[in-house]
Amino acid sequence: MNGFEVTEVTALLALVSVALFIIGLKRLSRVRTARSGNALMAAGMLVAIVLTLVEIGLVDYRWIIGGVVIGAAIGMLTVIRAQATQMPEIVARFNGFGGAASALVAVSLFWGVVVESDATSTTAELLGGTSAVTLVISILIGASTLSGSILAELKLRGTLSGAPRVPLRTAVMGLFAIGALVVGLVAVLAIDAPVTAATLIIVLLVLAALVGIVLVLPIGGADMPVVISLLNSLSGLAAAATGFALGNNLLIIAGTIVGAAGLILTQIMCVAMNRSLVNVIAGGYGEGGDVEHGEYGNVVSSDPESAAMVLEAAQSVIIVPGYGLAAARAQNAAHDLAKALIARGVQVRFGIHPVAGRMPGHMNVVLAEAEVPYELLHEMDAINGEFPQTDVAIVVGANDVVNPAATEDPTGPIGGMPILEVEQARRVFVIKRSLSPGYAGIKNVLFERDNTVMLYGDAKDVLSELASEVANAR
Amino acid sequence: MTGTLLVSIYVFVLAAFLGFELINKVPPTLHTPLMSGANAMSGITIVGALTLVTVASPSVSVIIGVLAVILATINVVGGFFVTDRMLASFGGRK
Repeated sequence: MNGFEVTEVTALLALVSVALFIIGLKRLSRVRTARSGNALMAAGMLVAIVLTLVEIGLVDYRWIIGGVVIGAAIGMLTVIRAQATQMPEIVARFNGFGGAASALVAVSLFWGVVVESDATSTTAELLGGTSAVTLVISILIGASTLSGSILAELKLRGTLSGAPRVPLRTAVMGLFAIGALVVGLVAVLAIDAPVTAATLIIVLLVLAALVGIVLVLPIGGADMPVVISLLNSLSGLAAAATGFALGNNLLIIAGTIVGAAGLILTQIMCVAMNRSLVNVIAGGYGEGGDVEHGEYGNVVSSDPESAAMVLEAAQSVIIVPGYGLAAARAQNAAHDLAKALIARGVQVRFGIHPVAGRMPGHMNVVLAEAEVPYELLHEMDAINGEFPQTDVAIVVGANDVVNPAATEDPTGPIGGMPILEVEQARRVFVIKRSLSPGYAGIKNVLFERDNTVMLYGDAKDVLSELASEVANAR
Repeated sequence: MTGTLLVSIYVFVLAAFLGFELINKVPPTLHTPLMSGANAMSGITIVGALTLVTVASPSVSVIIGVLAVILATINVVGGFFVTDRMLASFGGRK
């Protein structure tokens, strides 16, 4: 190759992959270019994989092909079978897999070089100090990302509810984390007996998994988006650590960008909820389900027929969707109602709370699926001033994000969280199955307001009924 | 400290700055897709996994490596695919 090594050429071409990642991520952060941005990032990944295959040259490809085919099939099937409401859970799961993969790469490297070589040297002597230390970090972060993500997915899905307190959690978590680190470092720096080192690495894996569990366990379901974002950041760092262990700059760059991006997103989410990251991680939020269950007095309920008559007389309507809308798959019904009202000349807008649903932007994804025009969606800050001039606000399956207690009771569990001020509208319809509390587990004082009318039932059924009543009116 | 490590540390720090700057201004609409896309990107670890499964003999390290390849591929393929699915609905209208 005229003085060039294949590896030098591929290393240079890896910059193409990096450029595609960066441009892709940039475009992914703008609505109009987002889809092409994602495609560019996927292309960057393809380039990275092809370059790696070229670099390793002529080898036995059976494991590679087998692994990639199986992984691609599982990935595709998971997405095809998922419903729009399950997207956050899917992201959590994939994230866990990413972290696990980084940890396993490190374990595989260790096993191949140390255990299978039967050498009587420490890992640091065999691989170099940097690789040995970062290998331990990769396993620690990767394994805790996996266990944390699994737990987050279970909480999002509702399989696991509540936020049990772990006594002395910070101390326990710190102990596990430091213990894992020490065990790992001893294994790679001081032990020259392969079997002993391998045993310690397994102990490291177990301790790291426990760190993830103790981290996520006491955090309530409502905070899972923040946790997943944080775990996303961690899985990036795990990849970066793996990059250090393997001496692969492409891994370091891509992993670190994800790590930094995940941290920024986490911060943005915390700001949206007016809480600090420390406060979120401290947990306990949303576990008070029984404490504040509170009796409701003076709650007025009605039926879709009478509600439709009010809507027909309205001039402006704001629809506020929450997780209940996504869970009932009521987005099409909501769009039908909006179309029926617009046909009558009513001004219709959707008020989107940044953390409505299970993830920021969750409502946008769900409503976009029903092809609700983008211009109808308004962010919280833009629409809050509009409620006093609005005839009817329709709250669909949202709870905590419209609870006036956030502003009226600053010391309460959700005190200080910015909310959509629907109570300012002349009339508020709340479509909900029952008076049960939302994720924060507290009573919603909105339901007792004089201008609030409850419409009990499945969001999809109630909205469809409203839509047909309005469409057939007159 | 070797030169390679020094370069890697430079790369690490600069990439961190780059990541912070890139994600600075994002409309909330895109938070979920962005998280999902970034998550798919963390599957880059597949590149590391591939280099570890190049021999035919099914030793423990190779089996662990194959498992890493499978999980990383799920992360990459599923991640970009699910992101595209979310964004497809946005792109459908102008």
